[in-house]
Amino acid sequence: MTWRSARSSTSPDGAIEQLYRAEWGRLLSQLVSRTRRLDLAEDALSEAFARAAGRWPAEGLPANPVGWLYATAYRFVVGRLRAEAVAGRKAPLLAVRPGWVPPDEPDQELADDRLHLILLCCHPAVPRDSRSALALRLVIGTPTEQIARLFLVPLPTMAARLTRAKKKIVLAGIPLGAPLEDELGARLDEVCRTIYLAFTAGYTPGGGPDLLRADLAGDAVRLAVVLHELVPDAPQVRALLALVLLQHSRRDARLRDGQLVGLADQNRSAWSHDDIAAGLGLADGLEPCDGYAEDLRLQALIAGEHARAATAAATNWTAIAARYADLEARTGSAVVRLNRAVAVAEADGPPAGLDLLVGLDDVLPGNHRLAAVRADLARRAGDLDLARASYRTAIDLCANDVERMHLTARLRAIPAADR
Amino acid sequence: MKYFVLLAADGEVPSWGGLTAEEQAGLMEKFGAFDQACAARPGVEIVSAEALEEASTATTLRTRGGELTVTDGPFAEAAEQIGGYYVLEAPDLDTVIELCRVLPAYDMEIRPVLDVS
Repeated sequence: MTWRSARSSTSPDGAIEQLYRAEWGRLLSQLVSRTRRLDLAEDALSEAFARAAGRWPAEGLPANPVGWLYATAYRFVVGRLRAEAVAGRKAPLLAVRPGWVPPDEPDQELADDRLHLILLCCHPAVPRDSRSALALRLVIGTPTEQIARLFLVPLPTMAARLTRAKKKIVLAGIPLGAPLEDELGARLDEVCRTIYLAFTAGYTPGGGPDLLRADLAGDAVRLAVVLHELVPDAPQVRALLALVLLQHSRRDARLRDGQLVGLADQNRSAWSHDDIAAGLGLADGLEPCDGYAEDLRLQALIAGEHARAATAAATNWTAIAARYADLEARTGSAVVRLNRAVAVAEADGPPAGLDLLVGLDDVLPGNHRLAAVRADLARRAGDLDLARASYRTAIDLCANDVERMHLTARLRAIPAADR
Repeated sequence: MKYFVLLAADGEVPSWGGLTAEEQAGLMEKFGAFDQACAARPGVEIVSAEALEEASTATTLRTRGGELTVTDGPFAEAAEQIGGYYVLEAPDLDTVIELCRVLPAYDMEIRPVLDVS
């Protein structure tokens, strides 16, 4: 896109917010490529947006807002470099691959180096627990305190984690500008895993009022959208985007009065039907493949079955159970088997689901969800002793207050044992 | 940048003593190939490289409470397998990782050399 097309007719505040959402990653990738100073570029771009917020409401938007932001941030970096030179401090530059040519001074067109930035964040030499946080911060511009909220860690912990990761990149010489055709094949799986990890973090129940953080899962969806824009044909990228769109489509129906609402009880008219249409469009167009792409594709198809069911009762559990069986055969994952048991119970009755739980206690020790699923299936199968015992186990193991209350209510609803 | 590459453990490479002369020659060829691959890469240079005697020949120094003790053996069990090292001049980490694929499949640690200039 050209710089001028970013001009907005909305209010200055609205325009700044819109530019932040739409252009942060592209601006930062350009600043990083040209200055090779990861730390300064990020500070500088934040500063440029802050200055815009201070000036534009009074003075109106500049003729070329994106260009203004870029030039302001770039000047800020240059000023800091000058100050460092005067002070005799020489900070190391980001390494670059030999033969890589930094982009020119932007003219009309602001080039897009976001893919290089994403690959940098997801490099295997970056600590695993920092990759998705770094990608959200650098590519989407998610504020550090929001990233801390997403991953349920205190702000200073997250800030330190991001600082360490950036330091590692610079000091270890993790380079910018790897030849994309070589790198993408080898590293796209890891990039997709990183994004999916950020997404699932948003739906991992936390304590207190922040039970779910769907807004921040939405930032991870935006990362997937960006990756899909940049690498539209890669099967794992398409499957990832399909999966997160379909799962995220339920964001507004997952909570009611501060309580988690299970899939069966959700108000389906509150689902985002735009996201569902986009997700199904992508998922249905995917050919069976292999590797991580196939894992993602199967999960997307499962999410798709839920999304296309007009009511909970209309869900095609047989299809879902078959997908889970494929997924279990591929991954050998005990968590997948647990999900499969739930689907099989719906398709073939609770006893068939209970059979699939046999042996899972050894591989999922202390897992409250396993106990909760067993309790529900036993209750529905009429084995009330097993149901009561399993609810008690689940309640003991469950760390989340809301979920525990829910389990306790289920236990109380079972008629007391009088024999 | 300057990198220290530690050949930290045998990994998938059988220990030298258990190899036939032919297998040893095959291993040496890989080291030769690594030298050539480095020489062929612009911006890459082997600054120094040495193979080390086996761990039983190591001597460890430790100072505790200001007092130096000298003991026989490597400083940690993990260090028993250290086979040698390279110091490379290279433009970036990915270049070093690519080149190290040419070496025998040892477990290796790559660390940037601290720039004290």
